[in-house]
Amino acid sequence: MSLEHYLVLSAVIFCIGLYGALSKRSAVVILMCIELMLNAANIALVAFSRYITPTLLTGQVFSIFSILVAAAEVTIGLAIIIAIYRRHETIDASKINLLKW
Amino acid sequence: MGLEIAFWVLATLMTASALAVVLLPNIFRSALALVVCFLAVAGIFVTLSADFLAAVQVLIYVGAIAILIILSIMLTKEVQHGNLSNKLRLPSFIICAVLLGITIFAMLNTAWPVSAEAPLETTTSTLANILFSRDGMFLLVEIGGMLLLATIIGAITIVRDK
Amino acid sequence: MQVTMPNELVWLIFLLPLASFIVISFITRLLGNPKFSGYLSIGAILASTCLAFWALFSVISSPHHELVIPGFKWLFIDGVIDIRLGIIMDSLTAIMLLVVTIVSLMVQIYSQGYMHNDPGYHRYYAFMSLFTASMLGLVLADNLLMMFFFWELVGLCSYLLIGFWFNRPAAANAAKKAFIITRIGDFGFLAAILLLFSQTGTLDIAQLHGLAVAGTLGGAALTWAAIGIFMGAAGKSAQFPLHVWLPDAMEGPTPVSALIHAATMVAAGIFLVARMYPLFEHSPEALLTVSIIGAVTAILSAGIALVMTDIKRVLAYSTISQLGYMMLGLGTGGVAVGIFHLFNHAFFKALLFLGAGSVNHATGTFDMRRMGGLKKIMPWTYATFLIASLSIIGIWPLAGFWSKDEILASALENQPVLFVLALITVFMTAFYMFRVVFLTFGGSYRGEGKPHESSAVMTLPMVVLAVLAIVTGLLNVSGWFGSFMGHGETHGFIEGFFGIFSHPLTWVSLIMAGAGVLLSYAIYSARWLSAERIGKLFSPVYSLLSRKYLLDELYERIIARKIFYEGLFSGLSFIDSHGIDGLVNGAAASINNAGRRARKTHSGQLQLYGIFIILGITLIILAMFIFG
Repeated sequence: MSLEHYLVLSAVIFCIGLYGALSKRSAVVILMCIELMLNAANIALVAFSRYITPTLLTGQVFSIFSILVAAAEVTIGLAIIIAIYRRHETIDASKINLLKW
Repeated sequence: MGLEIAFWVLATLMTASALAVVLLPNIFRSALALVVCFLAVAGIFVTLSADFLAAVQVLIYVGAIAILIILSIMLTKEVQHGNLSNKLRLPSFIICAVLLGITIFAMLNTAWPVSAEAPLETTTSTLANILFSRDGMFLLVEIGGMLLLATIIGAITIVRDK
Repeated sequence: MQVTMPNELVWLIFLLPLASFIVISFITRLLGNPKFSGYLSIGAILASTCLAFWALFSVISSPHHELVIPGFKWLFIDGVIDIRLGIIMDSLTAIMLLVVTIVSLMVQIYSQGYMHNDPGYHRYYAFMSLFTASMLGLVLADNLLMMFFFWELVGLCSYLLIGFWFNRPAAANAAKKAFIITRIGDFGFLAAILLLFSQTGTLDIAQLHGLAVAGTLGGAALTWAAIGIFMGAAGKSAQFPLHVWLPDAMEGPTPVSALIHAATMVAAGIFLVARMYPLFEHSPEALLTVSIIGAVTAILSAGIALVMTDIKRVLAYSTISQLGYMMLGLGTGGVAVGIFHLFNHAFFKALLFLGAGSVNHATGTFDMRRMGGLKKIMPWTYATFLIASLSIIGIWPLAGFWSKDEILASALENQPVLFVLALITVFMTAFYMFRVVFLTFGGSYRGEGKPHESSAVMTLPMVVLAVLAIVTGLLNVSGWFGSFMGHGETHGFIEGFFGIFSHPLTWVSLIMAGAGVLLSYAIYSARWLSAERIGKLFSPVYSLLSRKYLLDELYERIIARKIFYEGLFSGLSFIDSHGIDGLVNGAAASINNAGRRARKTHSGQLQLYGIFIILGITLIILAMFIFG
């Protein structure tokens, strides 16, 4: 197996996640897709770590922090989704347009 | 050889479950597909000889994040609506395809400085040394702890009834 | 016994006052006891003075009258720019260091008396230290960028000190005026630096000298660079027509005036021309410009000094006039001639200002019409002031005589027309200086209150400076100063001391000076002639002089009001309100309309924004592939 295999796999997963994040209505699904993107990035980091610095583990340390941030992000994201659901009775991202002028 | 088979199986499983997350009409099912995908990622980590990260992946993503997501799907009664798409389906598809194309092009056309060294057999103690040693990343680990604490407090504050 | 100075100590000359500035502004200011700041500042400058003497002796005993001191790397881009942080330590620097440190030391000691009980005591000494430090840095700098840096610092400090009593509107305005007018000159200096850099790719002064001497740097570029540098020098050294700030600078505390006029601010311009002299030497046009401006400045400002009634203003115009002499000396005679006058002038002019400050301290006024008869009351002040006056008008064998005589001689040799102007100025100088002496110290007291002699802390520096004002001229009696500066030959001391009378020029200049004193005596002391009647007789001239050739009016009313304010600015204002505002309003309106339409796309839909973000990223990556 070569580095390129893993990178292409990571790119594929990333773009699937991106497509979902851009095109889905439900905020929870958007969040799920963002998790997919983060996982794709982790795959790339670990692959780089395995093939370029096999003994230093730089990429693995990096992905540990990335997982940590992902955990924090999903917690806050879901808290916001629930707060919005309580207020608006919906989590349809195309109906939540609080950013609109 | 065994590694190659494992990679292709896991890669196929992962792509399929990722597509399932996006395409399945039922949100609950797509959440389950997400769990499968997370597990596949853990498997990929094993093929990359990142044993500790594979364990972390299972614990945090499968054990915590996936559960949280399923919980919030149930709390918000989203299952009734189904996994709908918005009006931007086509433009997002095009742009993601283009991005995928150029990313793959860039990845295949870069000369990566691949090292010939064999990977470490076990990574846990090395990682621990990097993360917790005096001249390592101990401060960052502490900051990460602070971040999680702040997240918990923030999440409670946001969700709390007034 | 001669120990050459270690390189580190040379840096200390400039770093000590700087350190004193920092310590005063951050530490002793908070301790509350003002005395401490004063002692600290004086201690620092005293140490610098000792080091400056050491540096001078080291330079004298070194083979080419120059210490080579390695610099530090500062701004470095390979092959493009290499600016080092370095020091030149040659004869010119050594002499200037001595002038700056001695005068600064005397002024700071004197300030102990003059400024006591002033609420801004800490601030005063902090600024004084910074002022001295930046002037020392300017003198030591070995490249134009560093020099410009300290040049601006000197300007800033003079702004701060002239406006020291900033709650007086006059002082605040004077500070602004000084800053803005010197800025006009600085523009020329900066342009010259950029021109030199674009032509040669270096800012190192020694290298520029080499290029000018070798002829690599020549022609129009050299001339323009030299004229630009001179423009900067003219601004700082108050040369016509940029001299108008200096008289107003009298609003600062008197010791500050002494420092500005003798050793720091105005000397910076003369020093700059002297430092860049090889550039001027190879451009006859630039040299001629320097000479003409110098001579014209000398005579015009001497004219104004004839009629001023404020003692400090007379001295201010006299400074401008003497600076004109220095420029004339540089233009016709070379570095040694100009700098020698600067060297002598520094001491007697500082002394004159300290004397004026002492008189002011006693009488509470600067108006000479309300003084008089102070000869008996303030004997020390009178004696030292008289010595300085005799020195400035060039009476043998005081300091001023020797340097002024050399300037006259070199002017006669190279520019006879300018020589005539300079000679008339000698007469005028004698007249106005003795007018000050007679009005202030002669006759009977016309002011209020009971004046008294100043305290020893003020008279002591004056006595030291008076001794210097007598003896510094003797340095070049045997031609030593000239040969130290790199040209001229030495001869016997006695031969030079008395042999000077074999030149007819000496007699001519002494007679002119004597005539000036005599006329002044006739009008202001013996009263054979009435000042009022003479004033009436020449009333157009008198009013022209007392209104300073209407230059302030020209600048303020005509240039500032009519040309800039009513002409240029109102024109610009019309363009602004109709053209540019129209453009802006039109643009704003169309953007408004566009925005009204674009608002529809601005839907609050997060995912749409996401699409645009990804689109942007994709385009950037594509652009990198195509163009990178």
